[in-house]
Amino acid sequence: MALHFELVTPAKLVRSEDVHMVVVPGAEGEFGVLEGHAPFMSTIRDGAVQVYKTEGGAPETIEVRGGFAEVGDKGLTVLAEHVEG
Amino acid sequence: MASLKELKGRINSVKSTQKITKAKQMVAAAKLRRAQAAAEAARPYAERLSGVMASLAGKVSGDSAPKLLKGTGSDKRHLLVVVNTDKGLCGGLNANIVKAAKAKARELIAEGKDVSFYLVGKKGRAPIKRDYANRIEKHFDTSDVRTPGFEEAEAIADDLIERFEKGEFDVAHLVYPIFKSALAQDPTVDQLIPVPSPEGDAGTAGDAVVEYEPGEEEILEELLPRYVKTQLFGSLLEREASEQGASMTAMDNATRNAGDLIQKLTIQYNRSRQAAITTELIEIIAGAEAL
Repeated sequence: MALHFELVTPAKLVRSEDVHMVVVPGAEGEFGVLEGHAPFMSTIRDGAVQVYKTEGGAPETIEVRGGFAEVGDKGLTVLAEHVEG
Repeated sequence: MASLKELKGRINSVKSTQKITKAKQMVAAAKLRRAQAAAEAARPYAERLSGVMASLAGKVSGDSAPKLLKGTGSDKRHLLVVVNTDKGLCGGLNANIVKAAKAKARELIAEGKDVSFYLVGKKGRAPIKRDYANRIEKHFDTSDVRTPGFEEAEAIADDLIERFEKGEFDVAHLVYPIFKSALAQDPTVDQLIPVPSPEGDAGTAGDAVVEYEPGEEEILEELLPRYVKTQLFGSLLEREASEQGASMTAMDNATRNAGDLIQKLTIQYNRSRQAAITTELIEIIAGAEAL
């Protein structure tokens, strides 16, 4: 049971891995994505994407600016214009 | 017949030219690898974005579509965004881009449209100015940064979109080289604004009902400027790779030509040297026989 998570910027593919859960700062509020999430698309505001590699583990945060998130059959794809760090 | 000293001088000067072209070739080869890697790294983003665009553009249509997608309603004034390199020494690359841009401009003018130019990069300025001096809207300078990145693409896109919103043009075309290989870079003309509806509604989510937040139109409105930016960013990367590729080929040719020239000059030099020695010997023998 894993969610395929991809974080892409214009410059490169930052992440492409299987994780437990990702919390995305959506334009209308944060939302968490687990495996099997319904198809969903949202713009995101500047903030931190929290990646939970395992259930209950400490999240890894990635600062992103500008972009949107898409949940489909293949998992979660976050397209961001800038990624800090 | 040039004197021995003159020949020697020529040989030396061609040799130093060859050294320079060879160095430039190696630099271009190294940079090409990096530029190609950058172009490849940018591909996933562009692919995903156009995938999402395709699925969204199909859903939002008619009057509610944003201006960037449906256009201003007329197609009278055209803007040609021509992406050239900043540096020369890259063979016919810039000439080919300019040729493609001018062909497009002629075609549009023949159809009775207004054409203006928006130039990115230094090398396109002079040749386009020669033919269309009063049609140039703006030069965008990318020469002060070493490798144009997303910031530059963003700046160009913002400027273009602002001009579009103000109604300065109806349609924008992007003219840029596509990097095929070190030997071939094809100048291409793509429509940039209004954003052409992507072909084939592949739909990233299939038939499933996708939920949108805030809404389809809002997302599309956000997406379109981003799409324009990505297009421009891609063209800058292609330009970079094309420049290095063309430069590498051109410099390789130049190095080889210099080598040929050196060989010819060396043969000529040796011939005249031998001729001089023979003449000297004949003189000595003739002198000795006379005694």
